[in-house]
Amino acid sequence: MATVEIKNVRKSYGPVEAIKGIDIAIQDGEFLVLLGPSGCGKSTLLRMVAGLESITGGQVVIGGRVVNDLEPKDRDIAMVFQNYALYPHMSVFDNMAYGLKIRGVDKAEIESRVAKAAEILELGRFLTRRPSQLSGGQRQRVAMGRAIVREPAAFLFDEPLSNLDAKLRTQMRIEIKRLQDRLGITSLYVTHDQVEAMTLADRVLVMNHGVAEQIGTPLEVYQRPASLFVAGFIGSPPMNVLDAVIDPSGQGVMMPGGALLPLARPRPSDANRPVKLGIRPEHLAINEDGLDTSPVLVELVEALGADTVVYGRLPDGEPLLIRMSGLPSCKEGDRLAVAPQPGALHLFDTATGRRLED
Amino acid sequence: MSNAHMTEPRTTGRRLIDLVPHIVLIVGVLIFAFPIYVTLIGSTWDAATIGRGSLPMTPGAEAWTNYSQAWSESHGERASYTPVRLMLMNSLIMALSIAVGKIAISILSAYAVAFFRFPLRMVFFWMIFITLMLPVEVRIIPTYKVVADLGMIDSYAGLAIPLIASATATLLFRQFFLTIPDELVEAAKIDGAGPLRFFFDILLPLSKTNIAALFVILFIYGWNQYLWPLLVTNSADMETIVIGITKMIGTGEAANDWNLIMATTVMAMLPPVAVVVFMQRWFIKGLVDSEK
Ligand SMILES: Nc1ncnc2c1ncn2[C@@H]1O[C@H](COP(=O)(O)OP(=O)(O)OP(=O)(O)O)[C@@H](O)[C@H]1O
Ligand SMILES: [Mg+2]
Repeated sequence: MATVEIKNVRKSYGPVEAIKGIDIAIQDGEFLVLLGPSGCGKSTLLRMVAGLESITGGQVVIGGRVVNDLEPKDRDIAMVFQNYALYPHMSVFDNMAYGLKIRGVDKAEIESRVAKAAEILELGRFLTRRPSQLSGGQRQRVAMGRAIVREPAAFLFDEPLSNLDAKLRTQMRIEIKRLQDRLGITSLYVTHDQVEAMTLADRVLVMNHGVAEQIGTPLEVYQRPASLFVAGFIGSPPMNVLDAVIDPSGQGVMMPGGALLPLARPRPSDANRPVKLGIRPEHLAINEDGLDTSPVLVELVEALGADTVVYGRLPDGEPLLIRMSGLPSCKEGDRLAVAPQPGALHLFDTATGRRLED
Repeated sequence: MSNAHMTEPRTTGRRLIDLVPHIVLIVGVLIFAFPIYVTLIGSTWDAATIGRGSLPMTPGAEAWTNYSQAWSESHGERASYTPVRLMLMNSLIMALSIAVGKIAISILSAYAVAFFRFPLRMVFFWMIFITLMLPVEVRIIPTYKVVADLGMIDSYAGLAIPLIASATATLLFRQFFLTIPDELVEAAKIDGAGPLRFFFDILLPLSKTNIAALFVILFIYGWNQYLWPLLVTNSADMETIVIGITKMIGTGEAANDWNLIMATTVMAMLPPVAVVVFMQRWFIKGLVDSEK
């Protein structure tokens, strides 16, 4: 077990800069999730930590050791791949034992470690099978077993669940969580699935175009997104973003339709400043007394059972998503008076997209 | 279920349609097998019977005499030959050296070209590729000169080495190696396998079926070599079986010991057949396993 520090790490492919300087210190035993859209550089960053990709600039420090120039095998890490990457010609046992054999661990020790990992992962029955005789979920468990037996300083996961179907993914997610609670090994976990990120992470690093947009706990990232990108990426359905203006007194924001929403904390210094206003669909509610609201025209109602998502339109034509719990209480063509819950407004700079702190 | 319904009324038609390919195949097999049958029969009669020109279609009684004579003696009734024992040994050594040598060299060069980045990698790849255009027959005179200067005439080295260098197997292995997922290579790296370990522990076992297939093809290729052994062997002791058979026939119709030729031919066919039959297990296994 160890800390993993990533210090101003950069990666260029020729003239293209894929990672533009990322800084983060991962605590001993912490589970860090790298979250971001496809092509943002998550895998590249992880592979630089693993030693599978050269580091253009900055330092990677594992357990206090700068590992920039070390081979993957000398970095004391284990990796779980998206396609499992099991050795097809070896039994489950041999797959898990191979790394230990190479390291010259003695036979009895190998057997006890594999047996222990197999027990944790419920693979005991499969030890003599080949990977081709296992289901996808079992294969991924073997891949995790291969990582566990090594007892490394850190686990690296690159989208380990994205080859599994939705149901199995949920199940494996829970298993990984359980495993992490039990083993407490420092982990870097790459995914573009926000549910995985929210449920597994101690902290999330949200990436976009090779930069860290925000680093924080899942709740911080959800409750206080640091940028419009994070706001739009986290949460489903995504946050509504509207053009708005701080009112002259700085007490509220003026919606395009003219409605005034009160701010939790007044910002007189920003009076008359145009802003991007973010409101999560789940923080909008039908306002019974019809005050301080804009009438929303209902265009589509999706009843999901536990939830209802309403696709509405504001008077000036801006789309607005509303998520209500329970069954629908409106239908297409209705006009709803909708208001955000108090304190649920997010303000962002129009030019930079960064959050305006309150 | 519904299938059965649909086929019911057309059963007779179906049967006929099923029969046609069978008939074609059976006729094909007969055409292919008949000369072999004649050879087999011929090898069991005495020279005089065959010489009369009306070979019976049933086995004769001379099998033991013919085979043992061809196997170990250097004289027939009408001419002298190299014993089959010697020729088989020569052919076997040559074919095995060629097959094993080709596989060893090509799998290593394919490994280098497919997995390592080194300066002029593509230049080397193309150089290997271009040798495809230069089979032995094309470069036979210069090759002969080189082999002669090296004093390898009438030696196993001279027989096999010039035939070992070839690109086909290299390309096949490279193609196969390129289908191995990067992640597998990376997983091995993280597990701590260096290049040699990766080669022996992972690549070689994964290439098993490819190696088996190539071995069969290359063994038969080596076994059937004619032009090169003809050139590079002078002494009768170094004759390969293919050369031996041609020499036996080549002396003119009348003086041929046809019974011995037939027996020799039958024995010449056995090693390639044995290799195919033996290696078949590996193919089938490879096909059934369907893992990668
Ligand atoms: N070998 C390479 N040469 C050039 N560009 C590359 C190379 N590998 C990756 N890139 C670029 O670097 C960027 C980051 O790639 P990376 O694989 O890290 O994305 P990712 O976030 O893991 O995406 P995904 O979720 O699709 O796996 C991409 O824009 C990609 O095109
Ligand atoms: Mg990726």
